[in-house]
Amino acid sequence: MAATGEALTPQGYIQHHLTNLSVGDGFWTWHIDSLFFSVGLGVLFLWLFRSVGKKATTGVPGKLQCFVEMIVEFVDSSVKETFHGRNPVIAPLALTIFVWVFMMNFMDMVPVDWIPSLALAAGIPYMKVVPTTDVNITFSLAIGVFVLIVYYSIKVKGVSGFVKELTMQPFNHWAMIPVNFLLETVTLIAKPISLALRLFGNLYAGELIFILIALMYGANWALSTLGVTLQLGWLIFHILVITLQAFIFMMLTIVYLSMAHEDH
Amino acid sequence: MNFNATLLGQSVAFLIFVWFCMKYVWPPLMNAIEERQKRIADGLAHADRAVKDLELAQAKATDQLKDAKATANEIIEQANKRKAQIVDEAKAEADAERNKIIAQGYAEIEAERNRVKEDLRKQVATLAIIGAERILERSIDKAAHSDIVDKLVAEL
Repeated sequence: MAATGEALTPQGYIQHHLTNLSVGDGFWTWHIDSLFFSVGLGVLFLWLFRSVGKKATTGVPGKLQCFVEMIVEFVDSSVKETFHGRNPVIAPLALTIFVWVFMMNFMDMVPVDWIPSLALAAGIPYMKVVPTTDVNITFSLAIGVFVLIVYYSIKVKGVSGFVKELTMQPFNHWAMIPVNFLLETVTLIAKPISLALRLFGNLYAGELIFILIALMYGANWALSTLGVTLQLGWLIFHILVITLQAFIFMMLTIVYLSMAHEDH
Repeated sequence: MNFNATLLGQSVAFLIFVWFCMKYVWPPLMNAIEERQKRIADGLAHADRAVKDLELAQAKATDQLKDAKATANEIIEQANKRKAQIVDEAKAEADAERNKIIAQGYAEIEAERNRVKEDLRKQVATLAIIGAERILERSIDKAAHSDIVDKLVAEL
């Protein structure tokens, strides 16, 4: 599976699987594969839900509509439980995050060599199919959430309220303002970073383990058999992980935005 | 951990997706769900109301049945009373009629008897006169003695 310039060694194999298809230099590098799969999956999600929404009947729903409505209701009830304000953005945001992140994570379920091999056959040297194993993708989601946190904090409490929140807590004394500011800023910044790194770490590790298991197929038959068993086990366990990570990302987004709406 | 322009691209995509979801995906789905919830709630309310209506109707039917039975009993009772009354009236009428007929009978008999008595009396008088004529044929003047005979006839 090694591309041009990489020896067919375990290191090379792993390295190849963890390299993005990219164009550009320095900061202006674009990870084509991550963007392609994430945007593709996002469009698929929106197209599917939109087509169901357009045809949605208020009578007896079809199976697909039931499925879509189950997800929507699940997200809606999660939002209603946690977020008590009135904001039309939160629920669609949570739905987008949950389904989109789940779909991107789900690419992890596709055997690690299928799409890269196809791509290689088509002349594309690198192909990293799980967008959420790309730190850029997870961070851009987290930054989007962070921007909303700051935006709503300022919108609800005003600039002075937001500044006060950053400087007058947890110690309500003027002399403690620098300490407060440091603590609160770290708290604020930690939100998007933890969101992004949690998702990235889980999925990156999961993908790496799939790659390591896939390495075993290259060895003798005993290791291959073990590899099949391990892959199946990890796959089943990973279904839980990807769902959980999508859910956690959504839930924390709701919680953070709920906190942004609360006046202390 | 190499950050690059992918971050920007993905952020833009994220914002567009959220906006699209908020604008075109969430509202129709939520509307459909809420509409259905309302319809189900309405349906359940209707079912409840129908059950109540049914109970009411059953109670009403029972009441009406009871009323009807009571009315029927009353009518039967009245009819019985009326029957007794009619029978009594008929009896009284029949009695009166019988008495009248009997009275008439008596009267007729009495009249007949009187007539017959009169006839007899006349016949007896005639016979007596004839007898007396026969006895007195030779000696007695019919015209001279007729006043005596008339007196006798009147005495009879």
